[in-house]
Amino acid sequence: MTVTLNLTNSDRDPARNTVVLQVEKLRVHYATPLGDVIAVNGVDLKVFERETIGLVGESGCGKSTLAMSILRLVQPPGRIVSGQVLLLGMDITALNEAELRQVRWNQIALIPQGAMNSLNPVMRVKDQITEAIETHQGKRPPQELKERILRLLAMVGLPGRVYNMFPHELSGGMKQRVCIAMAIALTPSIIIADEPTSALDVVVQRVVAQTLLDVKRTLGVSMILIGHDMGLMAQLVDRIAVMYAGNIVEIAPVKDLFAEPLHPYTQLLIASIPSVKERKPLVVTEGLTHDLRRPPPGCIFQLRCPFVMDKCREVVPPLRELRPNHFVACHLY
Amino acid sequence: MGEPLSLAPSLLEIRNVSKVYQGGFLRPGQQLVALQDFSLIVPEKPARITAIAGESGSGKTTLANLILGFIGPTSGQILYRGADISAMSPQQKLQYARQVQAVLQDPYAAYNPFYRVKHIFDLVIKNFKLARNQPAARELIEEALKMVGMRGEEVLEKYPHQLSGGQRQRMMVARAYLLKPSLIVADEPVSMVDASLRAMILDIMLKLREQQNISFLYITHDLSTAYQVCDDIYVLYQGSIAEKGDTVRVIENPKHPYVKLLIESIPVPDPNQKWDTNVTLPSEEELRSQVDTGCRFYPRCPYHMDRCLVKQPLLYRIDSDNHQAACYLYDQTLPEDQSGVTVQQAGNKDE
Repeated sequence: MTVTLNLTNSDRDPARNTVVLQVEKLRVHYATPLGDVIAVNGVDLKVFERETIGLVGESGCGKSTLAMSILRLVQPPGRIVSGQVLLLGMDITALNEAELRQVRWNQIALIPQGAMNSLNPVMRVKDQITEAIETHQGKRPPQELKERILRLLAMVGLPGRVYNMFPHELSGGMKQRVCIAMAIALTPSIIIADEPTSALDVVVQRVVAQTLLDVKRTLGVSMILIGHDMGLMAQLVDRIAVMYAGNIVEIAPVKDLFAEPLHPYTQLLIASIPSVKERKPLVVTEGLTHDLRRPPPGCIFQLRCPFVMDKCREVVPPLRELRPNHFVACHLY
Repeated sequence: MGEPLSLAPSLLEIRNVSKVYQGGFLRPGQQLVALQDFSLIVPEKPARITAIAGESGSGKTTLANLILGFIGPTSGQILYRGADISAMSPQQKLQYARQVQAVLQDPYAAYNPFYRVKHIFDLVIKNFKLARNQPAARELIEEALKMVGMRGEEVLEKYPHQLSGGQRQRMMVARAYLLKPSLIVADEPVSMVDASLRAMILDIMLKLREQQNISFLYITHDLSTAYQVCDDIYVLYQGSIAEKGDTVRVIENPKHPYVKLLIESIPVPDPNQKWDTNVTLPSEEELRSQVDTGCRFYPRCPYHMDRCLVKQPLLYRIDSDNHQAACYLYDQTLPEDQSGVTVQQAGNKDE
């Protein structure tokens, strides 16, 4: 596929909406003394306008690395080896630092893992949000700023008095909502949220999740939601991408994925969701088993797969569209 | 109260324990009640898994620290096989330290990164003089590892960073098992382990209960895992028991308004059953205005009544002694005051 530097949304998929973000054959490696760890192994991913896509997988599967490399925030020893990240047609991997600064936060905002701990403890909420706005948009008149920040706080369901407060005066859920307010401050086209509700109590988690949904609806922004809680994903996202050891093994609309998970790993993930509706026997599995420096030839999941065949040990299964919009990388089909 | 009377003392009995933290240097006089009038019984036999569930700040870790003897209670008693742990002789204390083991939340922090993982077993064997020589020690370790589905040759010579989180946590369980304890206090043992690996650790707990007669106190914020493995559950809210009883009864049919809210807030893993209601939290000011006398859930409770502010509710029976909730909605005794009508109606609605 040829890539042009094109900002006019011409990359229309006839059957679907506008593609906001497209990740193509992205590879990210971490250098170690014993060879490179393959964190993201040639991943393809499209994010459409106004959609929320969930990225799930166990820790170490590369989901956070993928998110970070979309923003080009992977730190050494990590590096983007090859591939492209196209934001509205523009290749982020080819930008220089100054251009990148224009894209970050204006176009793509990040709610990092444990975002609530990233707030500066000695700055008032108003000053932190002001800083985020002014770093990327330059000086603004104080009156305009104040109105804007109060509007942002209202949008995430926080009372106006939070404006003058310090982070330590807020609860975890409120801090997390301040981070959401900062992320939407410059009306980006896409928000990447890395485990936005982990480390929160379940009731607060629900309030924050609702805030995310509300914000998405009002702003019409696309979102990549990273997490491992399948229950939360079922509630929040439109499509799910399942990642295993640096590879996306299945992508489908959330309803289809829950109704009929095709990849054995997805089946396992869904079977092991603890429920409060029925008490069922535990599904016991091993974790990631192979050395990420030396992935086995063939299918990445072969060592844990209950249906492994000879072919799986030799040929890498491609990600194929088996049903409409339902992609899976497995030799079973 | 409630449990069948027997002559033998319970394995662990907590009697009306409270823990109050005094205000520090900057805020003298300010008190924080971390745990209030808490009672619990773990019977000697058969082994049971008891869940202590609650949000952060509910007092669950304070409880673990009290049982493990890291801190002492402000009032009340903790009895182990009938002996008060604060009045034990050094000999008894050593026995207690051996028979009550802990598996803590963070499997990364429990290891010294400079030693091979074998070190955690060697220390235990040395301190408690479990084996006379190397081969005997190795045999003990292998047996413990087998219990958690691991083999010595695979892991013992590795360094902690070479193991996955799940492996590390299983090793901690194996270390606890090495001492053949009667009770393991597991404080959030699976909260830092991946969802797919949680089942494995929970399964080990079930196995130790079945085969080795080891009881567990499973301290967690996650009601769904508690529901899967626990026999009894105590749900705490800000230091007090909100509801307790048989786990299946409590989770499937919660009675206390707080426990209902908790269970409703667990995301349903079904995209066709989306959350249809909006949960709102009262503004922080309300939450922080500590209710000194009455029910602590008052500011958030949709059913709150005047009498809730007067005195903290006791635990009321729901349908048996095996299910109790600390809420006036379930007060069956005829109240003398005018709030009686409301109480009756609200109580009947849920029956």
